[in-house]
Amino acid sequence: MTKKANWLTTSTTRRQFVLGSSSVLACAALPWPSLASANDKAVVMPELRGRNFNLDIDYQMVNFTGKNRIATTVNGSLPAPILRWKQGEKVTLKVTNHLTHDSSIHWHGMILPSNMDGVPGLSFAGIKPGSTYEYQFDVQQSGTYWYHSHSGFQEQTGLYGAIIIDPAEPDPVDYDRDYVVILSDWTDEDPADVYAKLKKQSHYYNRQERTAADTWNDIKDKGVAQTWRDRKMWNQMRMSDRDISDVTGATYTFLMNGQTPEQGWTGLFDKGEKVRLRFINAAAMTLFDVRIPNVKMTVVAADGQNIEPVTIDDFRIGVAETYDVIVEPESDKAHTIIAQAIDRTGFAYGVLTPDINMKAELPELDPSPILTMADMGMNHGAMNDMSMMDMSGDMGHQMDHSMHMAMATKMGSGKAGYGSNMPVTHKDTEFGPHVDMRAEMPMSKLDDPGIGLREHAEKYGRKVLTYADIHNLYQTPEPREPDREIQLHLTGNMARYMWSIDGIKYADAEPLVLKYGERVRFTLVNDTMMNHPMHLHGMWSELETGDGVRIPRKHTVIVQPGSKISYLVTANARGRWAYHCHLMFHMMSMFREVKVI
Amino acid sequence: MFKVLTLFIVITYVNISNAAGMIDDPLLTMVKVDQLELSDSDKNTWDAQAWIGKDLNKLWLKTEGELTSSDVEEAEIQLLYSRAIAPYWDAQIGWRHDLKPELNRDWLAVGVKGLAPYFFETDIALFIGEHGNLGVRGQFEYELMLTQKWVLSPEIEVNLFSKNDENVGIGSGVSDISAGLRLRYEIKREFAPYIGVEWNRRFGNTADFAQQEGESRTHVNWVAGVRILF
Repeated sequence: MTKKANWLTTSTTRRQFVLGSSSVLACAALPWPSLASANDKAVVMPELRGRNFNLDIDYQMVNFTGKNRIATTVNGSLPAPILRWKQGEKVTLKVTNHLTHDSSIHWHGMILPSNMDGVPGLSFAGIKPGSTYEYQFDVQQSGTYWYHSHSGFQEQTGLYGAIIIDPAEPDPVDYDRDYVVILSDWTDEDPADVYAKLKKQSHYYNRQERTAADTWNDIKDKGVAQTWRDRKMWNQMRMSDRDISDVTGATYTFLMNGQTPEQGWTGLFDKGEKVRLRFINAAAMTLFDVRIPNVKMTVVAADGQNIEPVTIDDFRIGVAETYDVIVEPESDKAHTIIAQAIDRTGFAYGVLTPDINMKAELPELDPSPILTMADMGMNHGAMNDMSMMDMSGDMGHQMDHSMHMAMATKMGSGKAGYGSNMPVTHKDTEFGPHVDMRAEMPMSKLDDPGIGLREHAEKYGRKVLTYADIHNLYQTPEPREPDREIQLHLTGNMARYMWSIDGIKYADAEPLVLKYGERVRFTLVNDTMMNHPMHLHGMWSELETGDGVRIPRKHTVIVQPGSKISYLVTANARGRWAYHCHLMFHMMSMFREVKVI
Repeated sequence: MFKVLTLFIVITYVNISNAAGMIDDPLLTMVKVDQLELSDSDKNTWDAQAWIGKDLNKLWLKTEGELTSSDVEEAEIQLLYSRAIAPYWDAQIGWRHDLKPELNRDWLAVGVKGLAPYFFETDIALFIGEHGNLGVRGQFEYELMLTQKWVLSPEIEVNLFSKNDENVGIGSGVSDISAGLRLRYEIKREFAPYIGVEWNRRFGNTADFAQQEGESRTHVNWVAGVRILF
């Protein structure tokens, strides 16, 4: 480690560094050298190829923070080995559990029989300690996917890895070299303790709360009366506009391909090469905003499925989503890959370089996002009452969007690909001590980049990917209209740290029953202030981005705070499937069984 | 009382294995020592709460009291069943027992505890005593974040009674009001030392009883202590 990252060789410890970087002010105050270097040697992730795989789940000592901790890994590797399959082949995976607890592996995004899906209690009984489960299925699709444990909190403690499936036909994507970039969050704490802390004090990990100084600055800028009005709604609702992530850099170390920010992951490339980066968000609780400063990224696949290429500067990747991008970096310098946590309390970091000795500039973190009333799904009238409107800023931008989207929806009239026209209604089960808010006027936010990214185009000239940009590369094979629509509300009580769907948690819920062959529109309404990445197992979520001809297929869909979003599901896979928010500490209760009979 | 405490501790201990699984609503315990403080007079106080339970139903233990170098002057304990009734509010019902001063007093306690709009932590309780005495206590606290670690916390407590109870120095009407201002530094969420000032004034008959005992109506004390959560 002769060339230990020099931007970290300050007197502060790593933990102080990560915490210190959590506010822009602190960033400015800290010594923030502009050069960053990566590891001396590029870390090569283990990769397994073929049709037969032996995967051993076991405990493994790791050290990300200076303290030894026990992780759960596959074949002793964190992340787990990359599995490289070929579309059309049958794969056999013998998974042996050496833990003292039950384990499982779920192949995220794979279309397969339900008993191969790896969800204990739904697909199978789980893998008992000391026993082996043999997974076997035909690989029907191609692209970038991932796998992870679906038992306990094992995913948080390291049990995740990438799947790359090479297509049977020639790849429509042209590239010279490809890398998996798997993002994750690590905590030295026992995840059960993290969960308990959130239940006792939901703001436990939030060290970016509104302070008296913020209020003082508001008063100086806007006067007492306006500040009072601005604060009124939040104060009455007893909610914080600084509540971005439940679990933050206060306990998390963010990893890129298993490397801490100090280590940095390194990817090498040769002059003139097109590099395909396969981004996977394998974090338990962290959405990331990814960019490579001064390098345009062309997104070619979302959740493993090819899309019409779209060139952007930034993209947000929800927990469990994958994006493949093509970059053609200038060959005379090293380039930083930075994945900022959505709340800016830290980042995962890597370097793309033609020469291992080159250094890359580390950009400043973007400012931490602040929630607006629109993120609460408040209607226009209520917002006017509360005088929350600074129409020139964030909100004005958004209102334009929502009006634009409202028109698009009207024109589409609820046709396949255009989303729902159904009125939003709150069920009786949504009222009670377990639900703290309901979005009164949830807006479609397909072309809203989301909190913390909305100003990027205006302020920095950076184009941010939105769901509205995503169109399937191919025509929708089955452009059927939906037979019916299911509206589900994502609900919770932030302070009590309770989560549910329609106000009913998984333990008390009946399964959603779909008839084999029917096509159903799922409309999700987010009645909370958090982003929820919703994942349906076993069947594609055909995201209605306003294109009836080329409907993109996803397995995980971010539902933004106070918004609604729709996708179509053809119930073409019999059995019992899991459907849930992929944030680890929301999942246990914000979960439904989907039964296709 | 001892049995209840033992049971509480046993349940707490057994709980450790319970939270380890993938249960959405594990049985949890929390202990919150809000005040554990010394003052510039010979009067030191504690105010602590603990609960065991799940999301919507909990068993609460509250205790507060005052001790001097020579003796425990006041001590009160409440054991309450607590049930969530609204997003930010719990209804609490149970037993209040005053161990000091002198004569033991038992009360039925009925109250609401929660977070009022504008982030006022609120605990209002009605106490129904053995001899038909009614008491009402209101406690309100606000937390002003000066920085992410420095928190200024004003609080106020008001006690009212329907009858005199001269044996324990309680007079009818508003018996006393206390107001405090504490500045704490959160070294960790779990551990925060603080300094503060506490103003207390007795009214009406309560004040008269106090004066008969040679105590004054009004006290102003500097305090220093720690706040502990786990």
